[in-house]
Amino acid sequence: MAVAFARILRGAGLKAPLGSVIAFVDALGQVGIQERSSVYWAGRATLVRNPEDIALYDHAFAAFWTDLWQLLPTVTTEELQITLAIDDDDGDDDGNDDDSDSDSGDEPMITLRFSATEVLRHKDFATYSPDELRSAQELMTQLRFIGPPRRSFRQRPDRHGRRPDLRATMRASLRTGGEPITRCWREPGNRLRRLVLLLDISGSMEPYARAMLRFVHAAVSGRQRVEAFAIGTRLTRMTKELHSRDPDLALTRASDRVHDWSGGTRIGECLRTFNDQWGVRGMARGAIVVVLSDGWDRGDPAVLAEQMQRLHRVSYQTVWVNPLKVTPGYAPLARGMAAALPYVDSFVEGHSIAAMQQLAQVIAGAGVSR
Amino acid sequence: MAISPSTPADVAHALSLHGYIPDEGLATSIFLAMTLRRPLLLEGEAGVGKTEVAKVLSRWTGGELIRLQCYEGIDVSQAVYDWDYSRQLLHLRAAEATGESQGLRTDDLEAQLYQEKFLLKRALLQAISHTGDVPPVLLIDEVDRADDEFEAYLLEVLSEFQITVPELGRFSATHPPLVVLTSNRTRDVHDALKRRCLYHWVEHPDFEREVAIVQLRVPQALDSLARQVAGAVETLRTLNLYKPPGVAETIDWAQALAALGRQHLDEAVVAATLGTVLKYREDQDRTRQHGLAALVKQALERSLATS
Repeated sequence: MAVAFARILRGAGLKAPLGSVIAFVDALGQVGIQERSSVYWAGRATLVRNPEDIALYDHAFAAFWTDLWQLLPTVTTEELQITLAIDDDDGDDDGNDDDSDSDSGDEPMITLRFSATEVLRHKDFATYSPDELRSAQELMTQLRFIGPPRRSFRQRPDRHGRRPDLRATMRASLRTGGEPITRCWREPGNRLRRLVLLLDISGSMEPYARAMLRFVHAAVSGRQRVEAFAIGTRLTRMTKELHSRDPDLALTRASDRVHDWSGGTRIGECLRTFNDQWGVRGMARGAIVVVLSDGWDRGDPAVLAEQMQRLHRVSYQTVWVNPLKVTPGYAPLARGMAAALPYVDSFVEGHSIAAMQQLAQVIAGAGVSR
Repeated sequence: MAISPSTPADVAHALSLHGYIPDEGLATSIFLAMTLRRPLLLEGEAGVGKTEVAKVLSRWTGGELIRLQCYEGIDVSQAVYDWDYSRQLLHLRAAEATGESQGLRTDDLEAQLYQEKFLLKRALLQAISHTGDVPPVLLIDEVDRADDEFEAYLLEVLSEFQITVPELGRFSATHPPLVVLTSNRTRDVHDALKRRCLYHWVEHPDFEREVAIVQLRVPQALDSLARQVAGAVETLRTLNLYKPPGVAETIDWAQALAALGRQHLDEAVVAATLGTVLKYREDQDRTRQHGLAALVKQALERSLATS
C-alpha cells in the first residue's frame, strides 16, 4: 500500500526514493493507519523534503488515501489487487540526476578558430537560425565563470601564513624529540562567491531567452555555487534541473519545470519573492547577482526599485544584462529598467556570444563594487 | 532512563508541559524521530521555534543538550575533536625534565601524546561518546551555513553514529543521541542528508495555538492581552512584510507589553513597542501606512471573535 502510494507520488512529480518509502512503512508501523491525520503526517515527515512539494503531496494524498479508506473496511481483496499491480514494474528508480560534480579544468576563455564562429560571435541572438543557435550553444558551454574569491573561514596550511598551526607543529616536534623547532603556519583559504542568475523568460525576451538559458546552464554545470532562477509571471528555481551535464537533458528539464515561458513579466514581484524566500536569507549575501532581462516590466516600477535596492544591499555585486542595450540609440527607457538602474553595479549588453563572453569577464573581474 | 512515547499525542502533551506547544505534524515528526531513531530536519521561517524544539526535548527527556552551531568553514577541529596542544607540549617538557623521555623511542612518545586525556571533544564527538543512561539531544543548528564537505561528513556520522579518531580508534554511541537539525534554507541541504532525516516544515502557528503559546511563555500577561497580541501579529503577517513576525517576536512583544504593565493594546503603546516585533524600517513604515489604529481595531475584533 505504501509502495503504491509512493508510486502515485512519483507520478505526481515528487521524488520518493526507496529509502524514504521504507522509512514511511516503518513510520506507519509506529503510528498505525487508523487515523487519517497520523498517516498524513507520517508521510509528510518521511516522503516530503521540500516545502514546495507539500502541495503535491497533499494532492496525491487526497487522491490516493481518501479512496482507499472507503475501500478498506469493506473489501480486502481490492487492497490485494492494488499491491499486485505495483509489484510487477517496480525498480524504476529515477533519482539519478544529482551529479553536481564541478568541472575542475580551469581552461581560460576559449579561443575561436573558425571565421564562421567569428561571425557568429557578434551576431544578434534574435537573428539566429536554428542551426546557428545550436553552434552558438556549443560555444557557450565552453565559457568559464570564475569570479572574485572571498576569504573563507577555513584555514589552510601555508608556509608564509601568519597564524600558528599548532596541530602540525606538534606533529613536527615529535621528530625532534618534542622540541617544537619547525613551526608550521596556516592562513585562511579562498572560496568562490556564490553566483545567482535570474533569467527573464517573458514574451518580450523570447528571442533571447533560449540562448541565454544555454548560458545559464553553462554557468550552473561549469562552476560550483551557482543558483539559477527563471522570472516571468512568477519565480521558478531551476538550479537542480540545470545541474545535469547534458545540455539537452538539462534544458528540457528546465523548460518542463518553468510553466510561464513567454508570458507576462512581473520582475518586481519575482524579485520580491526571491528576496523573501531565498536572497536576503542568505543566498544573495556576498554573492554576485546577475539579472538577465530587457527590463520590460508590467508591474509597478516602485516595487522593482525597492526590491533591487534590497538585493543590492545584501549582494556583493549586481549585474544587469540587457540584450537591447546594443541597439543604437538605446536608452533605458523601459520603466522597469530605469527604476532598477541606480542599484546596478554593471550594466552590460547580452545580445551575442561576444557579449556573453564579456559578461563572463565582468563576473570574473568583479570587484568594482564594495 | 530513556523516554519512549507511545503516540504522537503523548509527545504533544509532554512538550506542552515543558513549555512548547507543537502542532500535530511536528508532534508526529518528533514521535517518529524518537521511535525510528532518525535525525529530524526542521526547516521554516526564522523565529518559528525550530531551535526551541531541541531545547524542549532536552528538558523533557532529561538528555543533555549538545549544540553545534554551524557556520561557513566549520571543520573537524571545531565540530568533532581537537587535541589539546598546550597540554601536549607541557607533557613533553615534563617528560624531558624528569628524564623520562631519554629512553623512549619516538613511537612511544607519540603514543603518550595521543591519549584520550589530551583529546578535546567537540559537540559531535561529545554526543557520540556520551555514556549516560539518557541519550543526549544533539542540536545541529543552521546546517545550511556549513560547507558541502562538512555536510558529507555529517551524513557519515548520522548514519553510523560512530566517529573515528585516527590516533585513538573508533567511538560509537551506546545510546544514539536524539538529533535535531535546523536549516534556514539559504541553500539546499544535500539530498543524501535529507534522505537520512525526517523532514518537517515548521509553519507559523494558527491563532489559538499562538494564544496558548503566549499564555504559556508569558504567564504575567493577561489572557486578553495575549489574545490581542496574537491577533495583531496575525494581521501583521498578512501585510506583505519583509520579515513577518515569528513566534519569537510575538513572545517578545507580549513580554514587552506585560513589562510595561499593559492589559490592552492601544495605538500609543503599539507605536512605542513596534520595534520588538518589526525589525526593518520598511516594515514599520508599511505598518504605519496600514494604520496603527486599524491594526489595534483588527486585533481587538480577532481577540473577541472566537472567545
